[in-house]
Amino acid sequence: MNTLIFRTVAPFLSALMLVFSVFVLLRGHNEPGGGFIGGLIAASALAIQGIAQGVAAVRRALKADPLTIAAVGLLLSALAGLLPFLFYLPFMTGLWTEVNIGLGPVAISSVMLFDFGVYLVVAGTVTAMALALEEREKD
Amino acid sequence: MAASIAVDPALLAKAMLPGPVLPEHWLVVAPVLLPLAGGAGLIALRHRSGPARRLAGAFSLAVLALTLLANIGLFRLVAEGGPLTMVMGRWLPPFGIAFTADRLGAAFSLAASAVTLLAAIFTRGERVAGPPAYGPEPFQLLLLAGVSGAFLTGDIFNLYVWFEVLLIASFGLLALGPGREELDGTLKYGFLNLTGTTLFLIAVGLLYGVSGTLNMADLADRLPALKQGPLTALAALFLFAFAMKAAAFPVQFWLPAAYHTPRASTAGLFAALLTKVGIYALLRVLVMLMPGPLEELSLLLAVMAAATMLFGALGTLAERDLRRLPGFVLISGIGTMLAGVALNSPGGATGAIFYGLQSMALMLALYLALFEAARLSGTPDILKGGGLYARHPLFSGLVLALFFAGSGLPPFSGFWPKALIVKAALDIGAWWLAGAVLLSGFLTTIGLARAYLLAFWHPERARPAGRAGDKAGQAAAVGTRKLGLSTTLPLALLGLFVIGFGLFPESLLKLAGDAASGLADPTAYIRSVFPGGAP
Repeated sequence: MNTLIFRTVAPFLSALMLVFSVFVLLRGHNEPGGGFIGGLIAASALAIQGIAQGVAAVRRALKADPLTIAAVGLLLSALAGLLPFLFYLPFMTGLWTEVNIGLGPVAISSVMLFDFGVYLVVAGTVTAMALALEEREKD
Repeated sequence: MAASIAVDPALLAKAMLPGPVLPEHWLVVAPVLLPLAGGAGLIALRHRSGPARRLAGAFSLAVLALTLLANIGLFRLVAEGGPLTMVMGRWLPPFGIAFTADRLGAAFSLAASAVTLLAAIFTRGERVAGPPAYGPEPFQLLLLAGVSGAFLTGDIFNLYVWFEVLLIASFGLLALGPGREELDGTLKYGFLNLTGTTLFLIAVGLLYGVSGTLNMADLADRLPALKQGPLTALAALFLFAFAMKAAAFPVQFWLPAAYHTPRASTAGLFAALLTKVGIYALLRVLVMLMPGPLEELSLLLAVMAAATMLFGALGTLAERDLRRLPGFVLISGIGTMLAGVALNSPGGATGAIFYGLQSMALMLALYLALFEAARLSGTPDILKGGGLYARHPLFSGLVLALFFAGSGLPPFSGFWPKALIVKAALDIGAWWLAGAVLLSGFLTTIGLARAYLLAFWHPERARPAGRAGDKAGQAAAVGTRKLGLSTTLPLALLGLFVIGFGLFPESLLKLAGDAASGLADPTAYIRSVFPGGAP
């Protein structure tokens, strides 16, 4: 499995997958995609990197522990649900606003914040599992 | 890229909640939201050691205290103004998910948060064998989030989701221990509970196929008009799934196998909360939504209840391990509550609700006290320890009160609900069910009295040789034989509850009666979800 070809290609593949995962996350509101599937793609990117370069390298590169990332995601999602409290709206109501960044109006919403949280939860949890399994294989 | 689809604004206005939401209505979701966010925060911090670790403990206590306050607020709102509903994301039911707190849900949620707070205080002073990987605090918070969610949700699929949340948290709590024994218990527990929740999910799917809705208020409105044949089959599926959760006969074997392995606070929390969720789900789904099919199944349920009670009572007679003993008391209590559900009458439901509420305090206290007793006497075996009464008379007195409450003797809290259920059973002529309640109480009394006699009253037995000459070992043994404040405070408070509810049962009786009448006649519940009449 750990051939020269694989080890050479893996960083590029992982980088591409990580970018793609963000793309899938952002397109998810109106088209197929979203936080869950984006998180899965990000986790597979890290898992591939873990097979190619070793788990320790991935952990170093991640800086934060995968489960910490998941917990931060859960907090972000909860925060997205809490925001409507300020506007006398029920829990989890989507709030929208448009920001013009020069190229045209871009919709920013609490729904996106929620989805971003889901992305982090899924990416963090699945990465934690994948890395733990890959570590065990080495022993 | 984000091409928005044109929606008729008039149509949208019909599907969404029109008015603003009062800030105090957020109390409906606060008991779930607070521990969920707190648990997430603690997971993020769980690797820190030293002072940060103590900070994590204080943080979890603060979150739990806030949750308790929110629950008290919610309970008062519901007690004064009737059921309270919040629809998620402004989408109106039956399509949007609703959280609805009625008296039953609010009371159970309040009791759950109080019990979790006390268990968390106990955790502060708990010594565990071996280096624990992480503290149990994040999982305790997540467990409470799942349990409160199950008590407060008004959507039956959402109920399934909260079951999963609390299952995941409970796996985490069980697997935290260092040894092989813990993993063995976790595996049995996990397998049976996953089977139970899968059955629940299947039943939910079939229910949607039959009725076309999953909102509980909508179901309560529609189900009576549907054909009762398929509903009875569905009710049987629900019954089996929830009975597994509640550890009822014949699917109770996982409980004594799993509940003695983790640390005391975990075992106590599980005993106090998890089985009650099963009973709550039975009350909500069978008694409120499917009273007709429940009537068909009531004989089966009554037989299950009697078998569960007697199994638990016989277990207490035979058990030698102090840590396994409360599991059997718990099972016979489950049987008592099932009997209340099976009677399908206001009196029976009142008894089951009363028993469930007081049993949360009682079971946590029993587990904490008996694990503590096993630690104080150096062995969990009641034939090898002994002498506890001489050394810790106050503590032993508390245990005696708990034992009386567990076997249903007056004047402690376990007596009143049993009396209610016996009376309700005699009212409809089910003398054998009343007899089973009384017989199981009698056998439990004997079993617990035997344990008390051998482990508490009996003079301390001689230790096996080898340890005696070791001075340092003896000093360490004496050091571990003290009771700290974080141990005695929760025990004393729980003891106060158990004795207080026994001496002054009126308020709890009234609450249980009101909750039961809310189940029997869900008009107020339905009106809180659909203010303008059912769709």
